[in-house]
Formats: sequence, C-alpha cells, structure tokens
Amino acid sequence: MNTVYNRSRKNQYLTSLLAILSVAAVGFAIEGFVGYRVIAFLLLVTVSILAMFLDIIPVIIAAALSALLWDLLFIPPRFTFTVGTTEDRFLLLMYFIIALIHAVLTHKIREVQKEVRKREEKANAIKFYNTLLNSLSHELRTPITTIIGATDNLMNADKLSEKDKTELLSEISIASMRLNQQVENLLGMSRLESGVFKIKKDWCDVRELVYTTLQRFEPTLSNYRVSVFIPENLPLFKLDFGLMEQVLHNLISNALQHTEVGTDIIVKADCIDDKLLLTLSDSGKGFPEEEIHRVFDKFYRVQGSRPGGTGLGLSIVKGFVEAHHGKITLTNLPLRGALFIIEIPTEVSYINHLKNE
Amino acid sequence: MNKASILIIDDEAQIRKLLTITLESYDYHVEAARTAKEGLAAIASHPPDLVLLDLGLPDESGHDVLRHLREWYSNPIIILSVQSMEEDIVKALDNGANDYLVKPFRTGELTARIRLALRKVQQDENNPIGEFGDLTIDYAARTVKKNSVVIKLTATEYTLLALMGKNEGKVLTHHYVLHQVWGPSYQNESQYLRVFVAQLRKKIETDSNRPVHIITESGVGYRFVGK
Repeated sequence: MNTVYNRSRKNQYLTSLLAILSVAAVGFAIEGFVGYRVIAFLLLVTVSILAMFLDIIPVIIAAALSALLWDLLFIPPRFTFTVGTTEDRFLLLMYFIIALIHAVLTHKIREVQKEVRKREEKANAIKFYNTLLNSLSHELRTPITTIIGATDNLMNADKLSEKDKTELLSEISIASMRLNQQVENLLGMSRLESGVFKIKKDWCDVRELVYTTLQRFEPTLSNYRVSVFIPENLPLFKLDFGLMEQVLHNLISNALQHTEVGTDIIVKADCIDDKLLLTLSDSGKGFPEEEIHRVFDKFYRVQGSRPGGTGLGLSIVKGFVEAHHGKITLTNLPLRGALFIIEIPTEVSYINHLKNE
Repeated sequence: MNKASILIIDDEAQIRKLLTITLESYDYHVEAARTAKEGLAAIASHPPDLVLLDLGLPDESGHDVLRHLREWYSNPIIILSVQSMEEDIVKALDNGANDYLVKPFRTGELTARIRLALRKVQQDENNPIGEFGDLTIDYAARTVKKNSVVIKLTATEYTLLALMGKNEGKVLTHHYVLHQVWGPSYQNESQYLRVFVAQLRKKIETDSNRPVHIITESGVGYRFVGK
C-alpha cells in the first residue's frame, strides 16, 4: 500500500516538473513572437491544469518553479534572476500569488468533492445495512413468531380440535426448518468472512458429489425432471467435497425455490483443459437481465422474488467457488431458464482409467 | 426383548430432556449425565449399551472423554456436535466414535442411527456369514453374493467390502479405510479409495448412482448399511 502511494507521489512530482519544463521550452521557442508576458499566462494555465489533477505540494512546487523559470529565462535582463523594471517585479510577485491561489483553491474544491463522495458512500452503506437488517429480521422473526405462537396455542390444547393441533405442529416443523436454513446460510457467510476460513482439498469423484447432493433433496426433487450428464471417463478432481456439496446444494435449492414443480433441472459435469466444468440449468423464468450482475451480491434478492430467502445462498456459492480459485457465471438461456456455469482449475487424476488391479 | 440402555452426556438441559422423552418413547432405558465426570462415573458403574456423547462439554473435551472411554468401553458411542466441521468429526471417529449426528437433527435420523449401531452389537462376532439385505458376504470362503448370485470381485475390492461389512453402520474415515486396505504408506492416496468405491458400487449396488449400501459421508468417509 505504502509503496504504491510513494510511487504515485513520485510520479506526481515528475509530472509537474516535466509539464513546467516543456511549457517553458515551448515558450522559449515562441518568445520572439508573443512577448514574455504571454509566456507568463501560458505557465499560469499549466499550473492551473496541474492543480486539477495533482496533490497540493507538487502543484505548489510547479508554481514556484514556473515563477523562477519565467524570471530566469524570460524577464529582461534574460538568463539572470535580476528583474529589470519595477513593473516586472510587480508582475512576478502577482504571478506567484495567483499561481499559489490557483493551487490552493483547486485543492480545496477537490477536498470538498471528496467529502461529498464519502458522505454519499456512507449514506449508501447505511441504506444497505438497513435493507439487510430488514430482510434478516423478517427472515428470522417470521419463523420464530410462528413457533412461539403455535406452541402457546398448543399449551391451551383443550380448546383446539385435533385437526388444528396437527396443523400447528406442521407449522412449527416448517418454521424450524426455515429458521435452520437461514442460520446455516448466516454461518456459511460468517465462515467465509472470518478470515480463518481454510479449504481442504482432496480427490473427489464428481459423480459421487453430484448424486450425494441430489439425494439430499429427496423426495422434493422427484417432483422435477432431473437429468444428470457426466461422462463415464471423467477424471478425479482435487476439491473440497464439503464446500462443493454446499455450492451444488445452494444452486439446486435456489432453482427449486424459483421454478415450478415439474420443470427441468439439468446438472452437467465435464473436464475441459484440465478444469472442472460444472453447470446447472433450469427451465424457470430466468433472471431479470438487468439484475443478473447483482445476484451474487451479499443479501441481494431479485425484485419481487418469493419470500423465504436471505439473499445469501448465491453469494456463498460464489465465495466457495472463488475459494477454489474458480469462477461462476450466470446467463439466461435463449428460450427459458437460467444457466449457472462453474469453472474450477485444479489438479486432475486419470487413475480411474487404469482398470482393476 | 431386553430394553437397550442408552446414556446421554450433554450439558444442555433442553437437549437432555428432549432426547430422554424421545428415546423413552422408543422403549429404550435412558440415563442422562451433565458433565464428562458424571458421564464417566455412570458408565463405570452401569455400562450402557450405547452412549450419546456431546463433543462440547464444560469440564472436559469430548475428544478426551472418547479416548478415555475407548481404553476399556467397547459398546457404540455416537457423537453429537453443533459443529459440522469435518476435521472435528473425523477426529472423533478416529478416536473411536461409531457415528456422529450434527445438531439440529431429526428424530428419525437419531433413532435410525441408534438402531444401526445397536444391530452390530447383537451380531455374532464369529459368524462367518454377513447378511446385508440383498448382499451376503461369506468371510470364510471370501465370496460375495447379491440376490444369491455370486459377484466377481478383485482381491482389493473384496478386502474393502469385507472391512465395510465387518463395520456395518459405523462411519469409516478415509484415512482408516486406506490404512486398513492398502497399508500405512497409502494413507494419503485417497484417489485409490475413490476409484475402488466407484468400482465396488457398480458391482454391488442396484443403481450405483443411488447407493443404498456404501453411503458417502461428505468429507468424512463411508458408512456401510445392511438395509
């Protein structure tokens, strides 16, 4: 950080030095046609332009340097620091003052701009955390309210019919599963952001990974048309099985939440250029084009989507894929549905091609 | 049939109460302990048929309790944990736990695991024949049959399956299986394990993509189920 800062500082001094020297050189060439006072204006314009882009100290140096050069090279008697007339002495002084004022004023304007930008960023951050808190409190408090309310009712069981009791119990069960899902996501996110997050790669059979994950969605998934395409000779990949399972799990659960029962879910895996290519597509409505670039953002939820999510699932997916140095992209399919493509560069083993020993 | 006895060691009163009520309703004889010290004393005075051990105890780490217990107590121990950290689970299994459940778990899952763990105890250690639903392993003749038809296995495939059969219901960690089947120098060659499990599944499972015998425990190991 520090070295970058130093380098940019150094560049600024160099820029101001070169700018003033080259304008002085140009002035030197045209002095015969325009007179030395015009040269002063040329230099002044240069200092003003520098003030628009550079920090205050390089600009003040440019101002001082240009005043000295004007005196040395242009004010008669030339090539001495002596100034011949009182008028020119006056001009030189005023030149220096104007150059300084320019430097300071421009600097101040930019400071104000910076302040405004900072304030806007802060306001945006506050807005972001407000949305986040709203969404979180809603997603956590709704199931808790259901559980507390239903249990309160069940404690006065004598007033309830058997049917009511069964319904309340089923509500408690659904609410706790929902709460559990939210907690899982929050834990996943804090794990990602904790800084002590470590990935543990080992050889993985991707076929096993895909089917193990799919099996966890039974029986819900049997209401969908699920197809899996994995080549028979797919090599083994070095991956963190647990994390990749979570990635697939979140993608499938996202698809199940936003598409209708009976539609397609297609999972494909392949090895291309020693990379694992894993794709998941559905035949739902797809994502609104203008929101696609935001769906992996933390806490972002597509406008008008069904309640029951925190907007964490896909950002965890992205985090876990990136922990593998991989990347994930989302596109809408030409007819209908969405397509997630995961690419992970990793070690590959073809040992499974050596037959029985 | 005798009621099987289960000891719960968990410091959370709510969990103890929930598990006691649940397991009593399934006709088990249930005792509960709050701390490692209480638990160890209870096991020493009346060794139960199965222990449910929480890993996060206030007085001693669950891992240490496991190690102490395994010096003399051989009945099944099922770990309860709030952490789904694979390393923690693998450590507990390597220290001699038979199985693990991550909180929160469904009652059905809990009772299924308990039944599975207790089934092993009832089996005769010296019986040369292992019956696992549609699979039969004859340890004496080193043959395997599926629906009474002999399946041809390579020597390594047989060793792997026999190890799993002998440890029915127990979660076997990747390291453990590699060490037992391939030997200590192969402990990190997990690629062999993946390949042989895939091959074995093709031979013994009806649908190798939806295995019912060799179950994957994500990032931890495999569990052999007799169904």
